[in-house]
Amino acid sequence: MNIHLIKNNADFITKSALFFCSILFFNYSIIFSQDCSYRMTFEVIDLHDSSPLEGARISIQNIDEIGFTDKKGVYKFENLCTDTYFISISHDECQTVKLEIDLKKNINKKVRLEHHFNELDQIMVVSENRNSSRTLFENKISKEVLDSYNSRTLGDVLNIIPGVSSLESGNYLSKPVINGLHSSRVILINNDVRVEDQNWGAEHAPSIDINSADNISVIKGASSLQYAGDAVGGVIVTKTSRPKLVDSIYGNIFSKVQSNGRGGSISTNLTKSKSDGWYSKYQATLKKMGDFETPDYIMTNTGFSERNFSIKTGLNRIDYGFDLFYSLFSNEIGILRSSHAHTAGDIINAISNQIPNLIENFSYDINHPKQKNLHSLIKLSAFKNFDFGKLKFGYDFQINDRKEYDIRRGDDRDKPASDLNLQTHSISIDLISKLSDNSNLKTGILGRYQKNFPDPDTGIRRIIPDYKKYDFSIYSVFDYTINNDIFFESGLRYDYSHINAYKYYRTSFWESRNYDELFPEIVVEDLGTQILTNPKFNFNNISANIGIKFNVSSNNILYFNYSLSSRNPNPSELFSEGLHHSAGRIEIGDLRFGAETGNNFALTYDINNDDYSFTANTFVNYINNYIYIVPTDLMPTIRGVFPVWEYLQDDAKLFGFDLKYDRQYFTNFFLGHQISIIKGYERDNDKPLINMPPVNLKNQISYSIPEFNNLNLSLESEYVFRQNEYPNNNFEVYIPTEDTYVTLDTSTPPGAYHLLNFASSVGFNSENGGNYKINLRIENLLNNLYKNYLNRLRYFTHEMGRNIMLSVSYSY
Amino acid sequence: MKIFKYALLAIPFLYFSCDDDDDTPDPVNEEEVITTMNVTLVAHDGSGTVFMSSVDNDGEGPNLPEVSVSGPISSMTSYSGMVEFLNELEDPAEDITEEVIEEADEHQVFFTASSGLPLEFAYVDVDSNGNPLGTQFVVAPTSEGATGSGTITITLVHEPEKPNDGLSTAGGETDIEVTFTVTVE
Repeated sequence: MNIHLIKNNADFITKSALFFCSILFFNYSIIFSQDCSYRMTFEVIDLHDSSPLEGARISIQNIDEIGFTDKKGVYKFENLCTDTYFISISHDECQTVKLEIDLKKNINKKVRLEHHFNELDQIMVVSENRNSSRTLFENKISKEVLDSYNSRTLGDVLNIIPGVSSLESGNYLSKPVINGLHSSRVILINNDVRVEDQNWGAEHAPSIDINSADNISVIKGASSLQYAGDAVGGVIVTKTSRPKLVDSIYGNIFSKVQSNGRGGSISTNLTKSKSDGWYSKYQATLKKMGDFETPDYIMTNTGFSERNFSIKTGLNRIDYGFDLFYSLFSNEIGILRSSHAHTAGDIINAISNQIPNLIENFSYDINHPKQKNLHSLIKLSAFKNFDFGKLKFGYDFQINDRKEYDIRRGDDRDKPASDLNLQTHSISIDLISKLSDNSNLKTGILGRYQKNFPDPDTGIRRIIPDYKKYDFSIYSVFDYTINNDIFFESGLRYDYSHINAYKYYRTSFWESRNYDELFPEIVVEDLGTQILTNPKFNFNNISANIGIKFNVSSNNILYFNYSLSSRNPNPSELFSEGLHHSAGRIEIGDLRFGAETGNNFALTYDINNDDYSFTANTFVNYINNYIYIVPTDLMPTIRGVFPVWEYLQDDAKLFGFDLKYDRQYFTNFFLGHQISIIKGYERDNDKPLINMPPVNLKNQISYSIPEFNNLNLSLESEYVFRQNEYPNNNFEVYIPTEDTYVTLDTSTPPGAYHLLNFASSVGFNSENGGNYKINLRIENLLNNLYKNYLNRLRYFTHEMGRNIMLSVSYSY
Repeated sequence: MKIFKYALLAIPFLYFSCDDDDDTPDPVNEEEVITTMNVTLVAHDGSGTVFMSSVDNDGEGPNLPEVSVSGPISSMTSYSGMVEFLNELEDPAEDITEEVIEEADEHQVFFTASSGLPLEFAYVDVDSNGNPLGTQFVVAPTSEGATGSGTITITLVHEPEKPNDGLSTAGGETDIEVTFTVTVE
């Protein structure tokens, strides 16, 4: 697996640099002739199945002659003189291959192109060929590093990229934060499908199995208009690799055990491919962990289990192809027992105690409170090449099912407290066309229907209401190569969204927010203590971007990108109005919110030499109508006093930079350094934004001995500074047991911390042609006790202590 | 542009489910909500009854609970106390106290007098393990004739550690917590 970082980009690479074309020579038949009567015959065939490639363009540059191969893949140049000819051979979806031929006789050349199929994946282009990545900037991380992350979550893995951090709710639930933005501002595209459950709130981790992905790209700066117009923070794209075009069976088995959580995972994938293009691919993962531990105590009820599998089958031919994909992702996650349903007094106790008030012996049991998630996806995609370009079609249907279990009494004990079912159908058509030799146009439309059903049988008022949503989008992206050094890209997207919701409001809340005067027309029925309403919203959003890549010199590249993105308020931001049990707080949304628009400017300078590389990335993001949630008040209820967290909408600015410097010393030593700084403020009063990632400094030293089974040893250091800029949202709370007023300090961030990690790996070849790889990784080597500002459970618990992970993988 | 032909083809798909069915979702009547706490103190010397209550019909909604105390507590006598929890959103009101007693080993009621208030509490009822429950209790002046004013806080905790040394270390989660302002005279 590879992770690629694509910064400041316009990421639409329509050119198929993906295609790694190779050329082999066969059959030199030698016939002597006279001057200027020589013949050069080319036969262009597919490297894999030896099928002829029709329509390959062959040109002799110095005499300006151009030909196209026939059905047998053959083209002849006649009447050539003795000379040195510069030949260029290209085929749709292949890089141009150049040959220099010293012609002294008739020549028959069989040219074998390795012809892969450009499925539906543009990001793969970026991952496979760095030099072709237009206005994109990418950053590769070695497979060795990633293998050791294999049973971690997506959020954990992405953490290693500069400028990306994760927002956590415990050890398993982590969401990526890109340049300070997260949740519905970061769009996840898994297998070309938008993962739809990110609008449910911050403690809902993405349903993506990283073992099923072969590469992950992070597109910062929200400019990936082909995927979404509302990615104010950025887009994360996970992909599986394309099957090989040979008769083959290949795959791998991966297993891992770890000390913290006393569990492990096993994962396998198998691909069966045929040279005629048919293939099938199977993948499955099982994970099981018990309670995790800090250096001092066990975090009771933090274990989880996860079971996933996927099947992909299809046909890949030169001009057409299709894929059918099905995946099922399911997990059950324990939530730290001591973190639930807290009154203000309980939170004060927890903060002063520093450790959870319930610590039991280690267990694999997952008790309440817990989450159960099920995500299934069916996807059909197809493409066909026409003379006007490549046309792609995609349809997907996904079901996200989430049950949250709380501590309850009596008959309701085993009923979920929240039971959400979200079904989404999407249909899309894209066209990639080449306008000229140096310009491309990519256009597409998308329609989507979504229905959310919160089951009322829970006996608890719905957190997210019933709603239906209809989306329609159209986009267009144009790229133009001005000359060898300047490349330009620009895109435009329009999104229409209609939401039709049914929501029960408490009458008292409805009136206290003045909604009875603002929105009398949406009331459907008055039930006394509750009011049924039918809010409808229409949003029309425009998003756009411009990107320029400038080659300062061959190793020095400058990237600039501006993007405009628009995000609609999500259902929790619009409709929340009550106690969020798992968060122990009353959350209040606002029906009056409008769309949030981001203006992101990013500038990257990249130097890449043989022995060192340096990247400086800086960004400024001006977000109008930025929606955020902060504590605003305390609410006495009969259940106790709860902090009230209210969604607010204000103009915000975020800016920051990431630096990365890697250097190779001798042949064996590698030193890597990176630092990320992000600042975020409200624009009108310069008040710091809540939950901005603190400054983060990472250093790494590695030593490798290739002769000794590719032994690699590395030591990583991560220093996270204390976040000194935070809004003060503290309150005075009356504590009856002590008859005093105490400050409820939910604002003050925890202190700085330093972690050391150790990683090592070796690889062996087995006798039957497969290979083994063994990884040993130790995280938090010094077993430090620390708290993380971006963990929502930080009031109740510390972070994980030392974790020793051993993994073995076998590829065949 | 041919693309627009294809775009047109997609439109029927987009609106295939636009015909909204008019099924409105059912309301959720919360079953476990505790809207009301009633506390009855019966004087052992026959001098009378003190009744305290807190009612919050909109739960976590913006309306504050209505808290009332019928009168002063006498410093000259002890009282038998009884706590009752109700869900008055249901009709007839559901008595949550029964559930609490059924699951006595998972519940405990805590009584906390503020420092200036000369009152002491003692548990009467116990769970199956012999640990205190607290739906019935005795309250008495710390010494006969001691007067003062302050607050009594009554807290129902779900899944506390039992036995425990008091509210601050019992853990669990607060199901209901009401503070009454009282005088002892």
